[in-house]
Amino acid sequence: MNDLTPGAELETKTFDVTRADLVAYAHASGDHNPIHQDEEIALAVGLPGVIAHGMYTLALVGRAIGEWTGGAEVVEIGAKFVAPVVVPAEGAAQVTVAGTVGERTDDGLLPLALTITVDGTKVLGAPRATVRA
Amino acid sequence: MPIDASLVGRAFPATQPHPVTAEAVQAFTAAVGSAPDGNVPPTFPIVVAFAALQDFLAAEQVELSRIVHGDQRFRYQRPVAVGDVLTAQLTVTGVRSIGGNDIVSTSSEITDADGGVVCTATATIVHRGGAA
Repeated sequence: MNDLTPGAELETKTFDVTRADLVAYAHASGDHNPIHQDEEIALAVGLPGVIAHGMYTLALVGRAIGEWTGGAEVVEIGAKFVAPVVVPAEGAAQVTVAGTVGERTDDGLLPLALTITVDGTKVLGAPRATVRA
Repeated sequence: MPIDASLVGRAFPATQPHPVTAEAVQAFTAAVGSAPDGNVPPTFPIVVAFAALQDFLAAEQVELSRIVHGDQRFRYQRPVAVGDVLTAQLTVTGVRSIGGNDIVSTSSEITDADGGVVCTATATIVHRGGAA
């Protein structure tokens, strides 16, 4: 578990995302959109290739928060999906989640300031996460 | 097919009840690579929020492959626990058209078996109408 003092830097996490992960996530979430599985369909609708579910990337943020906080209750989590996470047929995309602890709110919650990138490009915009910790 | 702007304000029928089983949570955490810690992941309610979205898309005859997720947020009243039975009801809160794409804003209230609000899920979806 990380130091959750306001201003503290959280340990940066990097997670691999493979096509197999997306198949598993499709089954677990019920989101079987073929753009997350099928290169041909992804290209046909104008995407750069098979992309991760935006919610897969956001779930990785949830994973990072769980690891940082020792499973603290998450009161709010969300983001804009501003750039696709292209997942190659072989190998993996690498999603990096970095953060710092914000100032405790009047109602005692801790916001986390997050940056989520792939190869240095932000893939989530306006990420928000608030925990009870 | 453009999405009808007159849908704004419309509440769609609630989804089927979704039981939060230990197996479903385990499959979700395994897909994401999280170590099981007994908690339900904070984005797990996407399961029922997505069901509401799919019902909406089916009702509007929109093809899923033309949909890209624009944003998603969850605001919790209480954490989800194994044993909960969740239902989502989706309301369309906005429709706008930019560059041949329709951008649809939605808000889904996720409730438990007693009708208590567990969380509110807001989402924007982009219907890529023009791209081919």
